[in-house]
Amino acid sequence: MITSATSAAAPLFQMDGVSKHYGGVRALENAALTVEPGRIHSILGENGAGKSTLIKIMAGVVAPDDGRMLMDGREVTFRSPAEASAAGITCVFQELSLIPDLSVADNICIARPPRRFGLIDRQAQRAIAEEALARAGANDIHPRMLVKNLPLSRRQLVEIAKALAWKPRILILDEATSALTAADVANVFSVLMRLRSEGLALLYISHRMHEIAELSDECTVFRNGHNVMSFAAGTRSNGEIVEMMIGREYSNAFPPKPERAAGTATPALTCRKLGWLDRLRDISFTLGKGEVLGLGGLDGQGQRELLLALFGVLRGTTGSVLVDGKAVTLTSPAAAISEQIGIALIPEDRKTEGLMLPMTVQENLSFSALDQVSRGGVINRKDEARLIDEMIQLLSIKTAGLDLPVAALSGGNQQKVVIAKWLMRKPKIILLNDPTRGIDVATKHEIYLLLRRLADSGTAILFYSTDYDELIGCCNRVLVLYDGSVARELKGSAMTERALIASALNVEDGHAGTPA
Amino acid sequence: MSEWRFWLNEQRGMLMAVGIFFVMFAIYVSNHPAGLTANVVQTASNKGVLLAFVAMAQTLVVITAGIDLSVGMIFILTNALASWLVIGSPLETGFGVAAVLATGLACGALNGLIVIYGRLQPIVATIATGAVFFGIALLLRPFPGGSVNEDLADMMTGKIFGVVPSSLVALVAVILVVWVPFSRSVIGRAAYATGSSEIAAYMSSLPIRRAKFTAYLLSGLLAATGGLFLTFFTYTGEAALASGNAYTLFSIASVVLGGVSLFGGRGTAIGAVFGALAFRTIGDLLFVFDLDPLWQPLFQGVVLLVAVSLSAFGLFRVRNRLEWFG
Repeated sequence: MITSATSAAAPLFQMDGVSKHYGGVRALENAALTVEPGRIHSILGENGAGKSTLIKIMAGVVAPDDGRMLMDGREVTFRSPAEASAAGITCVFQELSLIPDLSVADNICIARPPRRFGLIDRQAQRAIAEEALARAGANDIHPRMLVKNLPLSRRQLVEIAKALAWKPRILILDEATSALTAADVANVFSVLMRLRSEGLALLYISHRMHEIAELSDECTVFRNGHNVMSFAAGTRSNGEIVEMMIGREYSNAFPPKPERAAGTATPALTCRKLGWLDRLRDISFTLGKGEVLGLGGLDGQGQRELLLALFGVLRGTTGSVLVDGKAVTLTSPAAAISEQIGIALIPEDRKTEGLMLPMTVQENLSFSALDQVSRGGVINRKDEARLIDEMIQLLSIKTAGLDLPVAALSGGNQQKVVIAKWLMRKPKIILLNDPTRGIDVATKHEIYLLLRRLADSGTAILFYSTDYDELIGCCNRVLVLYDGSVARELKGSAMTERALIASALNVEDGHAGTPA
Repeated sequence: MSEWRFWLNEQRGMLMAVGIFFVMFAIYVSNHPAGLTANVVQTASNKGVLLAFVAMAQTLVVITAGIDLSVGMIFILTNALASWLVIGSPLETGFGVAAVLATGLACGALNGLIVIYGRLQPIVATIATGAVFFGIALLLRPFPGGSVNEDLADMMTGKIFGVVPSSLVALVAVILVVWVPFSRSVIGRAAYATGSSEIAAYMSSLPIRRAKFTAYLLSGLLAATGGLFLTFFTYTGEAALASGNAYTLFSIASVVLGGVSLFGGRGTAIGAVFGALAFRTIGDLLFVFDLDPLWQPLFQGVVLLVAVSLSAFGLFRVRNRLEWFG
């Protein structure tokens, strides 16, 4: 296709055929997008639909494998965020790009500080910062404050001010309101609408449906790395939009769930009004023996914090936790896994939190169970070998040898080692933090079978997953978290993908589950 | 918050070092048999500036969240070199000074290249290069000896107008010529940003590599300035291993005393200079109180421990235990 470089009708920005693969995972496949000035364009899609890859490509953070981008009809390539910004595309990242030890003014002017005699002109910098802060509706932030002393919501406003200091033509906002209070959101909205009237193009990525409805002129839905549909805002109902976001090619086979009698037995775990800072609010639930309880919702709604709190990592939690009906205090992971409590956490990032990659499979497996196979501080090699052998069999871990470094195993087998490591302690309660992320389908299936087998033998399982299919397939019940509290509890036939997504977005869905 | 409160907050680390120094120096002078005379200040200044230069050198690298364990060895190497070159006619002496400073720059450049392009951890890279620098110093001066242009040496270690120690004037001049421009330049800010959060610095499209390189380069230059002054004070060159190691370790101590964060991104060279002066005064204090010099390491250690624990109080406020390890 030949594009005339001077075409008057050329849109401000256009991309087509853009693809990006990470290893074998395709993050973006043949994606197209058109952006016009003076409009707010929202991008929708569930976790992993390709939204963040899309904006990273536009902002010059990653390079596409394929496809092209045009600005004013001219083809452009960005090798760095600075090149994209110079071309007029600036992205407001989620608190990623601020330097904590520098002042607000330093941060706003960081890329192109005003200079006099070659040195940074602090006075001029201050004036620029004050103007940018005012444009971002944050006049109350003092330019000399250190960024690390600002609360999260204020930092986000500094991010916006920093982006505006570039005087961009396209401003990308990625979940820019997720850390803001309601008052700040209203403030940001009026700023965004004013910027729109000044002719700026805004690309708005958010999971909050009511914000999108309130703000945008048009919407594009992404699914599986491809733009599914673009439409004018307000022409589709929430239900229709959720339908567009659903729809997956693969469906996993899940083991059958046995019927659970509505028993009166003491639950394995009871949480009463658990809170932590402003990240967890009054979370109450019970988890029965042999039950798989899912944690759903969008990324970053407090699921990770809830699991960390139950594993004794967070300080200053409020509320109470009961194990087998007895109140417990969780002061450290070592306390949580102790015989009296028996809680294990399969962490999210197995490479840093779950495994010592350069050490051998055997060493990794026996770390957390050393006291079971040792007497008086000396490890009994025979007991250790027997226990490890049991685990390798149980989980069918595929390794060429126990003395290989764990790093040599495939991702799926590494994850099995993490799980096996904790199973050796025979925990009564297992917490899982998105355990199947980045794992092949076959291993996923094995992990599902294992979870069900553990549950059948009486272990209580709390299972956070970003994959809705998985929650529906594996869990007896699902708690959907939103903004640090339980938004809804779904069980039985009410656990549909539609209901999960609707409650994750905190919108009403006519036929969803019971309100929590 | 009013403007001066911001200033106070920004300079807190430095002000504490200034305070510690002046309190200790006041105790020292008031107990000194001669009291506050020009000679007492001159001696103190001459002893203090050596460590002050090396501490400034260390500061630049620490700001980028690195560490330079070769500063003491660059200091020793340039001392050995100066005892060969900084001699003769004014022109020859001038050339010698330039060659010594250029050697410092070259050492710093080597460190920078290895850390940035070799992607080695600064601690490992500079242990290795430090050994190389010391090896060269040993080849230059297998035994203590050599000489220096004594006119220049006496001028740099004497007093201006019979009052102000010229070594102190030189220190202030170096701060004005090297540190102030660096800290106010774009490169300097990038160095702070890199030390504070390298990811954020990258996302903000800052010249991370150039900033780190400049920090190591100037660090070499400052250490060489220290080596030059060591030659002026001693009139000789000596490849002294113990002295090189001590200066490296003391430079880290001074930096910490001066409020520079070892995690990077925070602190100033001026703070480190006062940290160095304070650290040196500890030794002098023992002298005026007639204590055995054997007590010196223990005393310096205690002062350092107290100063460092003051800055560790923040850990009590951490609410997520995983941040203890971050």
